[in-house]
Amino acid sequence: MPIEILMPALSPTMTEGNLVKWHVAEGDKVEAGDLLAEIETDKATMEVEAVDEGTIGKILIAEGTQDVKVNAAIALLLEEGEAATALDGYTSKGDAPQSAPAEKEPDQPQTVQESAPAPVVPTNSQDRLFASPLAKRIALDKGVDLNSVNGSGPHGRIVKRDVEGLSGGQAAPAPSIQQPTSTGPEFEDVPLSGMRKIIAKRLLESKQTIPHFYLTVDCQLDDLMATRKQLNEGLADQGKKITVNDFVIKAVAMALRDTPDANASWVGNAIRRYKHSDVSVAVAIDDGLVTPIIKKAELKSIVTVSDEMKVLAKKAKDGKLKPEEFQGGSFSISNLGMFGIKQFNAIINPPQACIMAVGAGEKRPVIVDGQVTSRTVVTITLSSDHRVVDGKVGADFLTAFKKYMENPVLLLAQG
Amino acid sequence: MTAQDKFLGQNKEQLLKLYEQMLLIRRFEEKSGQLYGMGKIAGFCHLYIGQEAVVVGVQSQLNQDKDTVITAYRDHGHMLACGMDPGGVLAELMGREGGFSKGKGGSMHMFSVEKRFYGGHGIVGAQVPIGTGLAFAHKYEEDGGLAAAYMGDGAANQGQVYEAFNMASLWKLPVLYIIENNQYAMGTSTERHSSSEKFYLRGEPFGIKGEAVDGMNILEVQKAAARATKHIREGKGPYLLEIETYRYKGHSMSDPAKYRDKEEVDAYRKDNDPIINFKKDLLNSDLFNDEDFKSIEDRIKEEVKKAVEFSEASPEPDASELYTDILVESK
Amino acid sequence: MTTLTIREALRDAMAEEMRRDEKVFVMGEEVAEYQGAYKVTQGLLQEFGAKRVIDTPITEHGFAGLAVGAAFRGLRPVVEFMTFNFAMQAIDHIINSAAKTLYMSGGQMGCPIVFRGPNGAASRVGAQHSQCYASWYSHCPGLKVIAPYSAADAKGLLKAAIRDPNPVVFLENELIYGTSFDVPDGDDHIIPIGKAAVVRKGKDVTITAYSIMVGKALKAAEVLAEEGIDAEVIDLRTIRPMDTETIIDSVKKTNRLVATEEGWGQSGVAAEISTVVQEQAFDYLDAPVARVSAKDVPLPYAANLEKLALPQVEDIVKAVKGVCYK
Repeated sequence: MPIEILMPALSPTMTEGNLVKWHVAEGDKVEAGDLLAEIETDKATMEVEAVDEGTIGKILIAEGTQDVKVNAAIALLLEEGEAATALDGYTSKGDAPQSAPAEKEPDQPQTVQESAPAPVVPTNSQDRLFASPLAKRIALDKGVDLNSVNGSGPHGRIVKRDVEGLSGGQAAPAPSIQQPTSTGPEFEDVPLSGMRKIIAKRLLESKQTIPHFYLTVDCQLDDLMATRKQLNEGLADQGKKITVNDFVIKAVAMALRDTPDANASWVGNAIRRYKHSDVSVAVAIDDGLVTPIIKKAELKSIVTVSDEMKVLAKKAKDGKLKPEEFQGGSFSISNLGMFGIKQFNAIINPPQACIMAVGAGEKRPVIVDGQVTSRTVVTITLSSDHRVVDGKVGADFLTAFKKYMENPVLLLAQG
Repeated sequence: MTAQDKFLGQNKEQLLKLYEQMLLIRRFEEKSGQLYGMGKIAGFCHLYIGQEAVVVGVQSQLNQDKDTVITAYRDHGHMLACGMDPGGVLAELMGREGGFSKGKGGSMHMFSVEKRFYGGHGIVGAQVPIGTGLAFAHKYEEDGGLAAAYMGDGAANQGQVYEAFNMASLWKLPVLYIIENNQYAMGTSTERHSSSEKFYLRGEPFGIKGEAVDGMNILEVQKAAARATKHIREGKGPYLLEIETYRYKGHSMSDPAKYRDKEEVDAYRKDNDPIINFKKDLLNSDLFNDEDFKSIEDRIKEEVKKAVEFSEASPEPDASELYTDILVESK
Repeated sequence: MTTLTIREALRDAMAEEMRRDEKVFVMGEEVAEYQGAYKVTQGLLQEFGAKRVIDTPITEHGFAGLAVGAAFRGLRPVVEFMTFNFAMQAIDHIINSAAKTLYMSGGQMGCPIVFRGPNGAASRVGAQHSQCYASWYSHCPGLKVIAPYSAADAKGLLKAAIRDPNPVVFLENELIYGTSFDVPDGDDHIIPIGKAAVVRKGKDVTITAYSIMVGKALKAAEVLAEEGIDAEVIDLRTIRPMDTETIIDSVKKTNRLVATEEGWGQSGVAAEISTVVQEQAFDYLDAPVARVSAKDVPLPYAANLEKLALPQVEDIVKAVKGVCYK
């Protein structure tokens, strides 16, 4: 039986090679170590030497053949004393590299594709419910719907203490609310609306994570009231009426333009400064409030501001605001003056950095040139995120705001 | 000079044994190269062809019951010379359960506590301090043994070799350092990698006596090793042999050997081959005839064939072996 | 019980094991005539002689390799590194030679050896002499890694390490060598390797620590107790194999974990613990796992900067409050 001379693997990565040159011919005697052929691998040209001694019986792969598979027979070697007739019955034993005995085939590692989980669809973080793994497990065990639980952890995360005292099927159970008992006070639990949940979550997050500070200033409104009266008389035939609040919006817009540091947001790794005064105005509606936005208010005339505000307020009350009309302002105004509130501190509307609380304009005694006299005064309180706005910036903003409120002609000159 | 003198007083049987050991290594390595070509051996595989007289000559002067041996990764020849079974070595090369390391070590990492062979180390030069530690243990235990620590000319430039030389000489440890100078550290020739090519002088600053030896002549190797071991066994501390030899094959299987001429290799093979020359020397004396060699050659052919059969029949290690032998379980 | 410093406890452990087993010897820089650079080997030369208490040249790579060779032959070397910073020179032998050979030899060649010495920051010695190597060595299969805090544990674990048939990296801390603790009497005080200890029981949060950080964690727990937070403190004692069971059991009870270490945070011991906890106790976590580790800088020399760079009691207190949502 002639010995097959096989195409050798001459590098760990070689799977086939080119037979460049034969150094022996059929009929040549060879000994172990003799040069047989040159093979070009993926890396270099290397020599193939004889391992066994004998006579080259037949060359199976001609010189110059490209891409000869590793372990393919390239020649046949006749052993000592073996006749050339031994070649006659030759059939190739195949060229597949032999591996270990079949029963010991190594386990095939599973490919990543086979076991890859379904892709995770990114969810809107605003709508996501956050709960610790433990809180989720407790809720699952008790059959508690986490959507009905307020989270007290960071970013509104529901944690163990929020779900510990609950039992399954409870409707609106913040842990501090007791279930009615025969001896306790009588009450009714009102289910939470979606808006109530969002208000609760966002304002809790705001008050817990934003370092609020407060600046208060009084503005005299006598000139503004006179200007407004004059303006409204002029607009009467158009059926238009400018409100004090319209002046406040426009004054805020101008003061923000003058104090850009206050027109900004904390975005985690930076302070985002806005190019325009997009003023969110809180509007009370049934079961809550919304904040429609007067966009680029610094560029708009007070009449335009007034017109837009009326439209937005109506839409708000009718529940017809589009998302782009109430999402994304750069500064908020909350005005409780119409309810007779003298002064209050508002909670910042994230991700904004400031909200301005406006009280009621009222006649107050003030000292002018050493004499006590009566003036119409409003108390303004600015809540600021100290990560974004420092005391000086807040003061600069209020100074500018006060200037516009007390010199309303400047507002008419703009936009 | 009589034949007896020339052959260092060794009898016919001893001399034929040397020939047989060298030829076994040669044939075993040729077969390993072939099996690598067939994809049955993988990874790194460093062949010893051309250097056989070094290890066979040195080992002939060691006490197989007392002394310990350590080397780097061109280690198949050392294992066979230590008497490790060729089947177990080849099975390890093929990554089989029957290998000396159950298939978990490979070409560079085999050991036999029974045959006092301590590896088989893949980090160039690391075996030298470890071998010095074997010598430390011989001295600590006062067991009369010595450690033979082999390294290549490449390893001789590693800093830890000299850290070991210093301690070995300082503490008079029974260690024989053997630098197998095969002319190339991988592909870099000695004149390109060493400021001084006189490696036998590398121990001199530490007070370690050294000598250069013709490693293509097994009798010369034996003579030098005899002097070295005598020195060490007399308690005089370490000894250094630089044994000049030649590696016929590439550094590893994927080495196209472009850094040297084919003529250079051929010159060694034709005129300076340690096995052919030794056989000629023996035949030239009146003590030997062709038949003596023919029977050895047939026996080795058979032995290598058996090693292949054993390895082929040995299964791959069981998957459960993955997690065994990481730690010795405490009693 | 006897009150001993950690330094004395370590010395006693070595002396007792050397009396018990002739194959145990100690080698390293200044361990003999000088009596130990930090006096840990004080008196050993006098009792056991120069054959078994061996001053080496300053040649970490070399003597670590030499000791590995001796261990391959069945001796039981205790190799002292003057500090583990210098073991960087020898890490090839610790990992490639000592830790892997048993596996590479198919179980034939054990390496019963202890590499010990001070680890982590000392005081004002700068970046190259102030590093915690626990996570480096704990990365490697084939090694055991120990980092005790108390003198009793130091003694019991060093004795266990010397008797262990495997290579053991034993990490001490220079700053607490002189700290005293009660240590059980007798020469049979052995602490099993691979067992953590709950050194303070608590219900609100689990703090894991090893070596000097255990002391800081206990101090933090006292501060927290005054503020109504009841912290459980676990002394890991062994870093590899890690006693994850004790950690998991504790976290299942407290639902919160602060993992501390003196080394850097990235790929650190605390990172490993955090991963194990999220793998095995995810549904018990009520807060993300917090880590307290060294700041991500080489250790500075200036006193104020050094203090800022190393994890302090206040850092642990702050991290605990964070995970307790307080």
